[in-house]
Amino acid sequence: MRKYSVAAIVREALRYNAGWERAWRSPEPKKQYDAVIIGAGGHGLATAYYLGKNHGIKNVAIIEKGWLGGGNTGRNTTIIRSNYLQDSSAAIYEKARSLYETLSQELNYNVMFSPRGVMMLAQTEHEIRGYRRTAHANNLQGVETEFIDPKTVKKLCPIIELSGPRFPVLGALWQPRGGTARHDAVAWGYARACSDMGMDIIQKCEVTDILKSNGKVVGVETTKGVIKTHNLGIIVAGNSSILAEKAGFRLPIESVSLQALVSEPVKPCMDVVVMANTVHGYMSQSDKGEMVIGGGTDGFNNYTQRGSFHHIEETVRALIETFPIISRLKMLRQWGGVVDVTGDRSPIISKTPLEGCFINCGWGTGGFKAIPGSGWAMAETMANGSPSQLASAFSLDRFREGRFIDESVAAGVAH
Amino acid sequence: MSSRLSTGGKLIDRSLSKEFMFNGRRLKGFEGDTLASALLANDQVMVGRSFKYHRPRGIVASGSEEPNALMETGSGSKLEPNQRATTTKLFDGMRVKSQNHWPTLEFDLGAINSTFSKFFPAGFYYKTFIHPRFAWKYLFEPIIRKAAGLGNAPKEKDCDTYEYFYAHVDLLIIGGGIAGLAAASSAVKSGLKVLIVEQNDYWGGRAIVDEINIENGSGSDWIYQQVKSLSNEKNVNLRLNMMAAGVYDHGYVLLHETLTDGSNKKMELRQRLWRVRAKQTIVATGAIERPLAFAGNDLPGVMLASAVRDYLVNFGVSCGDRTVIVTNNDDAYRTAILMKNAGLEVPCIIDARPSVSESLSKQVQSLGIKILTGKAVSTVTGSKRVEGVAICSHAGSGEVLETVACDCVAMSGGWSPVVHLWSHCGGKLEWDKKNYMFKPDLTSAPLGANGEGMLTVAGTANGFLISRDVLSDGYTKSKEIIKALTGKVPKISMEKAHSGDESEILPVWFMPQGATRKLKSKTWLDFQNDVKVSDVELAAQEGFESVEHTKRYTTLGMATDQGKLSNINGLAVLSNSLNVSIPDVGTTTFRPPFQPISLGAIAGEARHELFKPIRKTSIHNWINANGGVWEPVADWRRPFCFQRNGESIKEAVEREIVNTRTNCGILDASTLGKILVKGPDAARFLDMIYTNVMSNLKVGKCRYGLMCSENGFLSDDGVVARLSDDSYLCHTTSGGSDRIHAHMEEWLQTEWWDWKVYTLNLTEQFSQIAIVGPKARQLIEKMGVDGLDLSPEGLPFMGFSEGFIAGISVRIFRISFSGELSYEIAVPALKAQEFWDLALISGEEFEVMPYGTEALHVMRAEKGFIMIGDETDGTVIPQDLGLDWAISKKKEDFIGKRAQMRSFMKSENRWKLVGLKTIDPSVVLPDGCYAVDGESNSYGHKNMIGRVTSSYFSPTLERSIALALVENGPDRMNEILNFPNLDGSVTKAAICDPVFFDKEGKNQNV
Repeated sequence: MRKYSVAAIVREALRYNAGWERAWRSPEPKKQYDAVIIGAGGHGLATAYYLGKNHGIKNVAIIEKGWLGGGNTGRNTTIIRSNYLQDSSAAIYEKARSLYETLSQELNYNVMFSPRGVMMLAQTEHEIRGYRRTAHANNLQGVETEFIDPKTVKKLCPIIELSGPRFPVLGALWQPRGGTARHDAVAWGYARACSDMGMDIIQKCEVTDILKSNGKVVGVETTKGVIKTHNLGIIVAGNSSILAEKAGFRLPIESVSLQALVSEPVKPCMDVVVMANTVHGYMSQSDKGEMVIGGGTDGFNNYTQRGSFHHIEETVRALIETFPIISRLKMLRQWGGVVDVTGDRSPIISKTPLEGCFINCGWGTGGFKAIPGSGWAMAETMANGSPSQLASAFSLDRFREGRFIDESVAAGVAH
Repeated sequence: MSSRLSTGGKLIDRSLSKEFMFNGRRLKGFEGDTLASALLANDQVMVGRSFKYHRPRGIVASGSEEPNALMETGSGSKLEPNQRATTTKLFDGMRVKSQNHWPTLEFDLGAINSTFSKFFPAGFYYKTFIHPRFAWKYLFEPIIRKAAGLGNAPKEKDCDTYEYFYAHVDLLIIGGGIAGLAAASSAVKSGLKVLIVEQNDYWGGRAIVDEINIENGSGSDWIYQQVKSLSNEKNVNLRLNMMAAGVYDHGYVLLHETLTDGSNKKMELRQRLWRVRAKQTIVATGAIERPLAFAGNDLPGVMLASAVRDYLVNFGVSCGDRTVIVTNNDDAYRTAILMKNAGLEVPCIIDARPSVSESLSKQVQSLGIKILTGKAVSTVTGSKRVEGVAICSHAGSGEVLETVACDCVAMSGGWSPVVHLWSHCGGKLEWDKKNYMFKPDLTSAPLGANGEGMLTVAGTANGFLISRDVLSDGYTKSKEIIKALTGKVPKISMEKAHSGDESEILPVWFMPQGATRKLKSKTWLDFQNDVKVSDVELAAQEGFESVEHTKRYTTLGMATDQGKLSNINGLAVLSNSLNVSIPDVGTTTFRPPFQPISLGAIAGEARHELFKPIRKTSIHNWINANGGVWEPVADWRRPFCFQRNGESIKEAVEREIVNTRTNCGILDASTLGKILVKGPDAARFLDMIYTNVMSNLKVGKCRYGLMCSENGFLSDDGVVARLSDDSYLCHTTSGGSDRIHAHMEEWLQTEWWDWKVYTLNLTEQFSQIAIVGPKARQLIEKMGVDGLDLSPEGLPFMGFSEGFIAGISVRIFRISFSGELSYEIAVPALKAQEFWDLALISGEEFEVMPYGTEALHVMRAEKGFIMIGDETDGTVIPQDLGLDWAISKKKEDFIGKRAQMRSFMKSENRWKLVGLKTIDPSVVLPDGCYAVDGESNSYGHKNMIGRVTSSYFSPTLERSIALALVENGPDRMNEILNFPNLDGSVTKAAICDPVFFDKEGKNQNV
């Protein structure tokens, strides 16, 4: 694979870009692979990448029903943070965040990780106590966060209204190394690196069945034929329960629609990511200039990638109160994605009742930030056949044992 | 030059002139002008700069599909970026600026990007700016951010207002062209309740420009008659300036009505968002003309042929003195003929097709217009506006045959039906092989709540391009809907439009056919985002084969026009590069809104005080006037304390506590949730909702109850009173009343739908006033009781009675959250202030004082009472808090029981409630700090063994106290734990009993 660089851009520009290679190959599936991953989203591609890079398993196929990165990887609001409360969450999200720091260099693909800082506003006394607690926990977990006063909030984000008529801003939890990245680029960068390692990314190929023999996985049946493997990873947010059913087990998951919207692009007016949990809204400004806004989840289960408009209304109202200048900006586009929500709002990275079949799902409304850490932990789990240290707390068994990882106090709002 | 002609202009009123400022220049327009037509009338051809390369941009279109003419209008609290000039009405005194340039529109330093554009092809961002690592955040990203964006963000609060409307109709018709009007007139005659909306400020759509013939009269007359007769009917609502923004599940349609495009008035009602539920909707949204892709097609002066015609007919504006037409279909010939008839020069029509029908060519040639068939534009010449076109053979690679001077190029690549609304909610499309366009697949309509199609499409939006078919489709579709909605076949007189056939279109996605890479790199698809044919081809070459990949990699169609002009050409280029058919490439997903709508309109009236209106108790105003220091609690405000002159908040809280414990305090506890549960199965229901048994509670008694989630975690607590055999009053936390009510209803409606239980949230109907302290009983007796026995035997702890105090009907509960003798008195909300006032008067001699939430919290912590949200966080089970006694062992089931039987719930090592006393009694532990044991956990974090859940300075004990959850805490009494602070210091505290004060309950049981 040719390296991307300024020199390459100049060279190609002078011959009207005739020499650029494919970012990833588009192969026909082989009959058998050492490992097969269903789902070429961020998590699936990252898993494949670390299987190859960390564990030397490169005879891998990644099967995708649609187009790679086309699920929630390509439709989230791109926030990256690791200011979680519980140890197991802080560990995996901070691992992910730290991998994001060097991902562009590692993949030779600019994923535009921008550690511009994430701020979660405290707008009630109760929230202040909650975020102080998170700051204490993060301090012991080695996650850099601090509780900042309203004056600092205003300095970091001048367009915030501190003394709105309803919920004045009383402070914020600030993670200076949190931020955003270009979501598509994360999928494309991993895909390019996987393809370069010789892995096969097979798009427009739907898994129609999971093949079993004596309680072990032996392959998958797809719209492009049978593919054999003894090591299968299911990483298909939004369709996890459907695939699990084909593998013969049930998941403690509900699938709901989560919405987002962007405004028309304007010149830079907001350099940080702000989340306001009391009023339910969060916003950042993309490099293109669009205000990127996240909404809430629907109160009912469904598999459509659209949602109820009243969530958009509620979110927009909350954000106009928080950032009054946005009232005359215009909503350019709204969309939805299907998220898999578990009982404790924490993910599942686990062995399954089917031997040789592993699952990574349940990231709910905030999976994008976890992609590198999730892939890292899932690859370790698939390579060793048993949960990795990073993944161990996220096993399916925790629901049977009641060993929940509930972050609701740290994350009152969807994101 | 572009200019205003001395005659013509159906939409303007030349007697009313309007002055406006563009980039500091004073210009003139007329009533009825759009900003775009007024700019063109003043020869302002260049109106902006493109997003990426900052190239000069001119007006291309005449409607909502316009990608270039985006302006900043107004200033201060009326500043609005990215206003589309083609859909913005001109008003007198309007101030307009062009965007995305520095220092000026004509001379923009950002245009250096254009000079080096060959180095910035699609996706170049991903391939560079990688090293050094820190440079992205500190160098590259800030530069890119600054260059990106279009208009400036406003700096002030919006001074205007917005509102919501709701409508329920039988039939919603979107689009007021001839198909929509035909459908409306027949539906109205059949008695249906109809709403018909049109995004323009005039009826008729394209028909008024392309003078058509209906029943041997002019189209304009027919439209006038239709609207006039509809206006007389009661069962129809006709609305102009109303754009259908989106279609949602179950036929919910969002309409955006523009009430004013602005004025210089402060605070006006600007826009209105309609939420419409229609039994059926007809989408008659017409079509949008496609540009042609040829080198230099982005120069100012290159416009859609239909737009050139629109400006001429509707506004009396000529877009150029010498206009060259480039086309692949018959429609653009209309522009040529109109221009020529208006006395303007049309040197030639460049038609990519090998031949043209004889009648058309005769008609055009008789006007002296040359037709060049089989030809294409090799490139447009000029730098900031069109100076001429170099003509080549369409079949070749672009060798120039001749050059024709001109100042306007009118292009037409055919028409694309506006299928957005059809597609928003899942309607499928099909490829029309004859007209080369996507149109709705009527067999695959979006489905409504009943599983039937909820939308239909009529007229041009349905793929009919000739007026005869358009009108007839309007009637046909309304007939079908009338039959479906009324069950009767309506008798409709179908009026007919007369039009001849047109010759076939030649599909041309870029020209010439064999264009070189060099030409393709100057051939624009997306004018705003600077996406060229070469970019789409590069995306395909690099493996971005899915149309969604191409869109995201090149940003094709992601600009503020959402690809209305660029999408079809773009995906045709992609299909060509991939060598697959266009329908196999497919389209990207159409997302609402059809046109961008302001966030203000979405928020509507719910702003400022009306955003989550503050819930007020009956005592709210008194508290406000008497030193109450507010804190937000759920949607309420509660007083943190009552501050007196010269007193600090800390002093106020301590005074309130000491006074309550020694004399008497009064608290407005009205925010506590109060849910009435009633019915033959009420007892059975509450046995499931609470962990304790409620069915054996005696009438007239209270019991403290706990509620858990399905997962066994403590979710709310409160006192339950049994009012009668079949009715209970359940008290919840202040923040929990709505949530718990919804929780009860969810179980009743989804699981126990056959149980006979009603729930009613009475939180606001009753105020609750707590009178607390050693002198509480004396105070109430002083107020005058009737029908109540307040003696310890008459109203014992955890009992309640009903009667009168000071003549006011009350329900009095003897319950305590402070450990003192305490009565919570429920009174009708409207009587609460009177009761409060009387209590204060009677209480004077007992030194009664109001107290706030902080005193409440400290007193409950002194007593070791838990607080939902402090001691609980969604991970705590009642057993962790020593509340095992409140969990029934007898009951077969309750919500959370099964979950609490799981192994980890019974683990020995759970974090459990204890008290903490700091070694230094004056030091208060910080909220939320953790205890560590000096080890590391498996993640390498410092190992945590407990955390502070509540921490206060207790004036009663004159020392700091804290409640905490500590691993196996109750078995570690007196152990000293280390709590690291954020500054690196460590606070030491010893584990103790969580009940710090009056463990025996002497004070409360009197």
